[in-house]
Amino acid sequence: MKLVKTLLASSALTVTASAVSAQDMANEMTLVSWGGAYQASQVKAYVEPYLEMHPEVSVTWDESSAEAVAKLRAMNEAGNVTWDLVDAVASDSMRLCDEGLAEELNHDEDLAAAPDGTSASEDFGDLLVSDCFVPQIVYSTTFGYRTDMVGDTPPSSVCDVFDLEKYPGKRALQKRPIDNMEWALYCDGVAKDEIYDVLGTDEGVARGLAKLDTIKDQVVWWTAGAETPQLLADGEVVMGSTFNGRLFSAIAEQNQPIGMLWDMQSFDLDGWVVPAGLPEDRKARVMDFLKFATDTQRLADQAAYISYGPARKSSAPLVGKHAELGIDMAPHMPTDPANSGNVHVYDYEWWADNRDDLNAKFEAWLAK
Amino acid sequence: MSDMTDTSGPVLAADGTPLKRSLAKALRRQKLRALMLIAPLLLFILVSFILPIGDMLYRSVENKIVVNTLPRSVEALSGWDADSGELPDEAVFAAMAADLQEAYEARAHTRVGSRLNYEYPGISSVFRKSGRSAGRFDLESGGPWKEVLIDLDDGWADPGVWRTIQTYSPPVTSGYFLNAVDMRVGSDGAEMRPEAERIYMNLLVRTLWMSLLITFSCIVLAYPVAWLLANLPTRQANLLMILVLLPFWTSLLVRTSAWKILLQQQGVINDILVWIGLVDDNARLIIINNQFGTIVAMTHILLPFMILPMYSVMQTIPPSYLRAAKSLGATDWTAFWRVYFPQTIPGIGAGSILVFILAIGYYITPALVGGTKGTFISNQIAFHISTSLNWGLASALGAILLAVVLVLYWAYDKIVGIDNVKLG
Repeated sequence: MKLVKTLLASSALTVTASAVSAQDMANEMTLVSWGGAYQASQVKAYVEPYLEMHPEVSVTWDESSAEAVAKLRAMNEAGNVTWDLVDAVASDSMRLCDEGLAEELNHDEDLAAAPDGTSASEDFGDLLVSDCFVPQIVYSTTFGYRTDMVGDTPPSSVCDVFDLEKYPGKRALQKRPIDNMEWALYCDGVAKDEIYDVLGTDEGVARGLAKLDTIKDQVVWWTAGAETPQLLADGEVVMGSTFNGRLFSAIAEQNQPIGMLWDMQSFDLDGWVVPAGLPEDRKARVMDFLKFATDTQRLADQAAYISYGPARKSSAPLVGKHAELGIDMAPHMPTDPANSGNVHVYDYEWWADNRDDLNAKFEAWLAK
Repeated sequence: MSDMTDTSGPVLAADGTPLKRSLAKALRRQKLRALMLIAPLLLFILVSFILPIGDMLYRSVENKIVVNTLPRSVEALSGWDADSGELPDEAVFAAMAADLQEAYEARAHTRVGSRLNYEYPGISSVFRKSGRSAGRFDLESGGPWKEVLIDLDDGWADPGVWRTIQTYSPPVTSGYFLNAVDMRVGSDGAEMRPEAERIYMNLLVRTLWMSLLITFSCIVLAYPVAWLLANLPTRQANLLMILVLLPFWTSLLVRTSAWKILLQQQGVINDILVWIGLVDDNARLIIINNQFGTIVAMTHILLPFMILPMYSVMQTIPPSYLRAAKSLGATDWTAFWRVYFPQTIPGIGAGSILVFILAIGYYITPALVGGTKGTFISNQIAFHISTSLNWGLASALGAILLAVVLVLYWAYDKIVGIDNVKLG
């Protein structure tokens, strides 16, 4: 009898306890990110500080950002969304927003203003490429080269990648048409602002593939961002494209003989997306976290762990030194004026339309 | 007395019911109990295996999205002649305006755009751009819709867009399957895609051919190992068994990365060859990022699946058979080939089926060590599932792969006989 009473009492307690937190905020969050050094920078810069302020909250990580759209779509079809906040690249965030899988945000209301009072939407500016997207960082896909394998004249232009006479040896390129086709056309003499017009025609595609054909035998195709730094470190390739943060960590943290080739670096954005249709308590928690994690100071803090540029204009002056190495981070940012003299701005909309078609042609060309 | 010898009447059980019925009842109860016992497994197989496969097969032909999202336009378009080269009339545009508005409210306009974009590049942006403005259309007093829509996006002035909507409006489509065999719906029925866009048939043939090679190299390598395992004294055999199983307990990615370190041009094998002078430093062997790399790495990874069934079959073959053959005058080779080998065929068969079926579904290892020529069709399936989100095409490719496996299984049954397969 006593046991029954205790059981009843305790279940009554749990009921009231859950009722209280339901009105309030959920205490569990599932965050989705990329794993590796990038996720570590997020943990250090804002997840740990947030958990210190809110010790009742616990965070679960899911390293599924590479399949974010597919998984979120499947969860949505099954009617059971288990994620609370998803880290995604800009093009994926646009797809999620278009398909109604992501929550549309009111950037000025939901996000913190800059310290000087500038509204969030003005602070992020053009980088708010979608209503559902809160950008965190600007990263770029660019080239690194082995300083000891290029002689006295290190490559200075992206077209050196296509110059096998001047720089013999293998090159690592990402196994997808995006960026590679643009670089190929650019180096085949197409003006930068006409690249997508040319690429939109069958002749343009053939021209780009023909340019890539000239180095095809010497290309190692990569699918994971970690491959190029490894290939460079092993001396398997002379030069290769990858995300600039990966090259930074090979150069600055692992002291590899690698140099950066910033010419025609391809800018892209990465940021947060809130899945659509979360229950009130979970959404309240996630919005609270989001406001904190994307404020000016937090985005600047993240740059102390990884060399990606903060997406807020107001964060740029606050970017300091690397948390462990103590070196200045600003010169390693893709957005630094010294690095961004000639950049390639990748056209999301064009690729959304033509990706399937071009991918089929690219794959057929690869298999030839 | 006469009752007991009368065989024409039914035999009765102790309680007076006919024995036949009583027996049948008991048997039924037994069968039911057996069924109840396996019910959890049956249910599990149904939910986790049969239903997903059924769903996959369904997705590969399902195309309700077009008619569900654009019901009015599909109906209005049914009277339009796509070959006339002219745009549909105002009624069709008005139907599209109404459909777009509804679709935008349900956020379905880009989904249908993505669906049609698989067939006609560029449609997805036509829908994306028009959808937003369609939310503000005044359907009662607005119009004329032909001008309004073309003003929003000149894609609406392209008869190809309308033809695509019309062609892909039925709720069931063969489009995904055609795409999966490098064909498409042309102006007069199905036709081959241009040479520069054909991928999948080549990949399918390559996948099957390389899987066969991998299976064959597994047989060659596994046979002596399994023989040793079955014939060594227990102590040594156990040690050897641990060596066979050890890779099984190591992560797949670790094993694949290890092959990268071994095989790459600046890798261990090339370094050794250069060091002993077999290969010139400027002509290091290319043994990774091609078919050779895939075959080596996958043979290694799948080897235990061949060794284990072979071993368990060889263990059951009494050594006295070989001794008997030899005492009757057979040479070593004849004794092996005529007496021992035929008895191991069930093990080879079981191992080959396991390895082959696992091999054609592999995609992580080929993606990492296969370069451009050593990747499998599963890599394309994975790409369409997670990146391009063309789940219909991925399902069609999966269904074709499933059909190929079933056909091969059937052929194996005809040639070798499936009763001949033994796992021990």
